[in-house]
Amino acid sequence: MAEPVGFFTDSSICIGCKACEVACKEWNQLPGNPPKFGDGFDNTGQLDAENWRHVKFVDLVPDAPTVVGNGNAWLMLSDVCKHCKNASCMEVCPTDAIVRTEFDTVVIQQDVCNGCRDCISACPFGAIGFSAITGAAHKCTLCYDRLQGGMQPACAKACPTQSIQYGTLTELHKKADARLAALKSQGYDNANLYGRDDSIYGGLGAFFLLMNKPEVYGLPNKENAVLPRRNNRPGYLGSLVTAAVGVFAGLIAFRRRAPGEPAAGDAAVPPAGAP
Amino acid sequence: MAEHFVQPPNWGWYIVGYFFCAGLAGGLYVLATMLRLWGGARDEGAARAAFLIAFPLVVVCGILLTIDLGQPLRFWHMMINTTPGNTGLNFKPWSPISLGTWGLLIFGLFSFLAFLQSLGKLGRGNSVVEILGSLVALFLCSYTGVVLSVSNQPIWSDSWAIGGLFVASALSGSAALLTLLARSRAGAEWTEPRLQVADGYFAVLELLMIVIFFLTLSQAGAAGKMFSGLWLVLWILVMISLLPAFRGFVGGRRLQLAGAGSVVTTGTATGMGSLSAIVVLAGVLIMRYIVIFSAQT
Repeated sequence: MAEPVGFFTDSSICIGCKACEVACKEWNQLPGNPPKFGDGFDNTGQLDAENWRHVKFVDLVPDAPTVVGNGNAWLMLSDVCKHCKNASCMEVCPTDAIVRTEFDTVVIQQDVCNGCRDCISACPFGAIGFSAITGAAHKCTLCYDRLQGGMQPACAKACPTQSIQYGTLTELHKKADARLAALKSQGYDNANLYGRDDSIYGGLGAFFLLMNKPEVYGLPNKENAVLPRRNNRPGYLGSLVTAAVGVFAGLIAFRRRAPGEPAAGDAAVPPAGAP
Repeated sequence: MAEHFVQPPNWGWYIVGYFFCAGLAGGLYVLATMLRLWGGARDEGAARAAFLIAFPLVVVCGILLTIDLGQPLRFWHMMINTTPGNTGLNFKPWSPISLGTWGLLIFGLFSFLAFLQSLGKLGRGNSVVEILGSLVALFLCSYTGVVLSVSNQPIWSDSWAIGGLFVASALSGSAALLTLLARSRAGAEWTEPRLQVADGYFAVLELLMIVIFFLTLSQAGAAGKMFSGLWLVLWILVMISLLPAFRGFVGGRRLQLAGAGSVVTTGTATGMGSLSAIVVLAGVLIMRYIVIFSAQT
């Protein structure tokens, strides 16, 4: 297995140009979808089957003039599948269509997926979408085909500010640590690394430098970054207890039998076709 | 307080229908087994009716699940791994959908066997087989709820109680359905009051599970979404649908205590008429509709 690779996305230098979105669509031949024009610059909306990169715009600019924003007034982040070490989507996928590649990335095999959509309900980042055209789930592959050819992912190559960096995780962690230290020294106290350590799903293959709390960007914090399987044991246990009580209730309701009457199972079996 | 940033899987009416039919199929099988184990000879007609309906419902379940897939022709990928270099059976005990696929398949075999036996094609049923089948049937009633809980969706993943709620509701709905099915069978006047008593107990259990469901959601800060607006109205309908079961319980218990109800005209003195049974069944369907759709809107 090759050394694990991934993305380091530094939101502090993202300018919201969406070159990553365009490059991703171009390389992966993703169909365009009608742009949405709302109260902001985001006309992609969300990560889905047709958008594997999505630049989020978080508008925290106060209505009235005030002090400088300290890097927090206008947040931009190029969001993507996180290629989690402990991936919720892989955990629930009943067909094993979602696999970990030799690059330690997470990929949905299109010819195996049958479109049950359980992965979509499990992904805590909303990074997976269902395509009615292919009848399967889709998400970022971290340009698996380009990696096999020794190239870097299209979005990282296209990013003009190097907000999106590609490399081995060891190398990216070092860069991220250095960048965080630089920002802290400049007074950006809210700056933090998201998914750099194992506190978020065992570590993210695509991790981020954020300028505010994760939830501001629509990312679950440590307390909410939980795996679906946490509900397996209590779910089945609750079902078991309820079923046991139900069977006991059935025993109370059905147990009365007339004196001398045979049990129901001992009654003569009627001929075929009898009502 | 739990915060979620997921997208909905857009599970719709096919899944609502599947959860409904799976609950009834499993519930009918369990009721039939209990009637055979603990009931008298006069309950045999009802038991046979339950076994006869359980299998066709399982077939409907399979159809609904398959057409809900994005690629229906790949339904078998649930059981067979087609990943190059990693072929074999797909069995992931920690994934409720994977476990449920096998559960549905195995229950299909049990229910088919009981179906043939009830038609008189395979001789007498075997108690051990029926008990084993009932265990799988109870799993089928419950795992659909666990599928929802084992996710990261709001509401679904905020409560572990959905599996239990579905079991209680499935038993209640099955008792109501069997009351309807067994009406034309020999011994109905004997079995019906007992089914009504059972349904009363099941309805109490369902009510208890609804309360636990609400408490678990409150703890996660998700109860507001589930019990407001349209959903609140629908929950009230679910509560109303439990009333015939309570009413039937009172009437059925009275008949049981009076000496088995053999002289009573079926369904009139007890108040559990066809309409009441349909109301109970509608409640079972509405409850599943609320749970599935409220989390995805």
